[in-house]
Amino acid sequence: MEKVMSNKLVIALYVLPSLLLLFAVIYVPIVLTGYYGLNQWNGIGPMTFVGLDNYQHLFTDAAFWQSAWHSLLLALFSGISLIGYLVVAMILSGKIKGANLLRKIYLIPMLLSSVAIAQLWLKMYHPTNGVLNSLLASVGVHNPPEWLANPSLVLLALFIPIIWQYAGFYILIYYAGLKNIPETLMEAARIDGASAWQIATRIKLPLLREVINVTIILSIVGSLKYFDLIYVMTDGGPNGASEVMASYMYHQAFRSFDFGYGSATAFALLLICLVATWVIRKVTATSDTIQYS
Amino acid sequence: MSNKYSVRKRSHRKWVAGLTLLLSFMLVLSGCGVGKDGQGGSSGAGGKVTLKMMHLWPEGSSAQQSKLVTQIIDQYQKDHPNVVIQQEVLENEQYKNKLKVLSASNELPDIGITWAAGFMEPYVKGGLFTPMDDLLQGSKLKDKFVPGTTDAYALDGKTYALPIELNITPIYYNKAIFQKYNLKVPATFDEFKQVVKTLVDHGVAPIALGNKDRWTGSLWYMYLADRIAGSETLKKAIDGSGSFDDPGLIQAASEIQTLVDMNAFNKGFNGLSNDEGKSEFMNDKAAMYLMATWELPNFTTNPEIPQAFKDQIGFFKFPMVAGGKGDENSWVGGPGVGLFVSENSKVKAEAKAFVEYFVEKWGEQSVTQAGVIPATKVDTSKEKLPKLYVDLLNGLNEASNITLFADVQMKPNAAQVHLNMIQALFGKAVTPQQFADQHKAAIEKGN
Repeated sequence: MEKVMSNKLVIALYVLPSLLLLFAVIYVPIVLTGYYGLNQWNGIGPMTFVGLDNYQHLFTDAAFWQSAWHSLLLALFSGISLIGYLVVAMILSGKIKGANLLRKIYLIPMLLSSVAIAQLWLKMYHPTNGVLNSLLASVGVHNPPEWLANPSLVLLALFIPIIWQYAGFYILIYYAGLKNIPETLMEAARIDGASAWQIATRIKLPLLREVINVTIILSIVGSLKYFDLIYVMTDGGPNGASEVMASYMYHQAFRSFDFGYGSATAFALLLICLVATWVIRKVTATSDTIQYS
Repeated sequence: MSNKYSVRKRSHRKWVAGLTLLLSFMLVLSGCGVGKDGQGGSSGAGGKVTLKMMHLWPEGSSAQQSKLVTQIIDQYQKDHPNVVIQQEVLENEQYKNKLKVLSASNELPDIGITWAAGFMEPYVKGGLFTPMDDLLQGSKLKDKFVPGTTDAYALDGKTYALPIELNITPIYYNKAIFQKYNLKVPATFDEFKQVVKTLVDHGVAPIALGNKDRWTGSLWYMYLADRIAGSETLKKAIDGSGSFDDPGLIQAASEIQTLVDMNAFNKGFNGLSNDEGKSEFMNDKAAMYLMATWELPNFTTNPEIPQAFKDQIGFFKFPMVAGGKGDENSWVGGPGVGLFVSENSKVKAEAKAFVEYFVEKWGEQSVTQAGVIPATKVDTSKEKLPKLYVDLLNGLNEASNITLFADVQMKPNAAQVHLNMIQALFGKAVTPQQFADQHKAAIEKGN
């Protein structure tokens, strides 16, 4: 095996197809998108080269920055919710009764498609016969809120299903990470008289650090480019109150038929995600890898 | 360990060079593929002509339309054995997206569906649709269309598509609910507001509205603008020769907010889709519903809707506003979709002949078979139609004006501003004056 794998032709044979595919469907379109952003183009017919006009406009476009703010809020929310996921995963990885069943319960939302989740929550939030408002009405709330129609509530109403949707995913990652920590370490700690809290904070957390770093990047970048649930549930409305960067880009390109500006927005979104990844990596970088074993 | 690593490193550069080369090859190759094979139809051996037709009536969601299209195509193929017509069917949104993508690579089908005015303009400017004036003046279709319906498909004096639908928007109402509270069909807007007030007092939602889709709320604004400021003022404001600053148009916007303040629309309307809004009406929970005639099958022929419900639905014209410049017989509406023939089609003549045939047959059968009102004139005496149809078709014959849906009339960007502003207006996030200012700015921008 060692011999075969050192043959460059063989390596190429295995690596090339996927690499080429990646280039053709990801990297080339990215470059093209950046280029389209330099043009004024309605998607049909000729493009007019306008240089950095679109990008300049983007900088002063209040609607874009509003959507960026919403994306940032979502990123913040998802980042914070990671703590909750981590706690649940820790509890599940301990020896509690029914952990197996609970794990499955947490995982199920992840198996549903985003559109199904959106439809489900649309029914929950329905202003008159939705589950939530029926419940509120039955406990005597006279005028229950219009969740998705109220500009000041709509973002929160959208964040909840999004966080719910990804719970299983992150809990699974943390769970796998926790299961990877050798039992012997915990046992040794227990013999030395460490409490459960000490085991969690002094042993499990440090050893899970790499995993946590990865999930932070996943959740923040994932939130910055989030699109599907919001598109189905509110389409960015009412009046832009739940518009995020990705939906703003879609609306510019496919509704207003301003593909140049839409491409510029898409490119900006990519840059923002790259910067975010870089910053997170810097902030969470560890100089020393902790190894107990 | 370190030795192995350096070996890998050295070969690194070669690798990158090789990859780049391969990649560029691939791009060149794929580049060649596109465009050559472009235009759908091709005349093959033996004089067989294949026409590609793309439309948006999937069997699942538009069963009757889909059946009628297939029926017309089958008949045509029988009469013209040398013609094969291939259908490609997509859902509305996907259809629009695909049309866009296909036109970017110049691969439009021979025959397809388009919307009027603002939607069509970029395609026409890009030279993708072929003019249809010869058919319009031809022996089969001359004077067959309802006056004014083809105008929305004309640009710079040429008509680029033939409409096959005509929609006007009445206010449907639930007779049972009206009867229960002793309400009469309102003739004036003041009476209308009285009806709204009575219904609100009795805890019934007066109007079903799903304004997440935004064009639904636009209908209300369009009508109020038409009734208060008159259709000419509205038309001019939209095409840029007038202005949204017109006091009548601003009054229309503030009337919308008055209705919102009266709780005239069902709860949470800005977060509900049109379908969700409609279901309030269909479940007897709301008393009125302003929607185009494409909903008629639901109130007449659709077998899935209980007959008892269908029997209790009537319609009335949008009421007159005291002191307004509008006319009761002026409707908001317009041609729905039309058929275009691709300018780059290799079988243009055959495609046009089929379109001519299609429009004619569609006009004869669409009301009875699919419940769709065609843009061609319908002889109501000839066919046995549900009463609601006859009344509305007669209303159509008396129409003094049809104002095209605003979001169709405006250019794409302005249309989006309009729709967003509608949602903001209904949600009271803007004042009527700001509503007017934003419209003005968007229309001046001209895209």
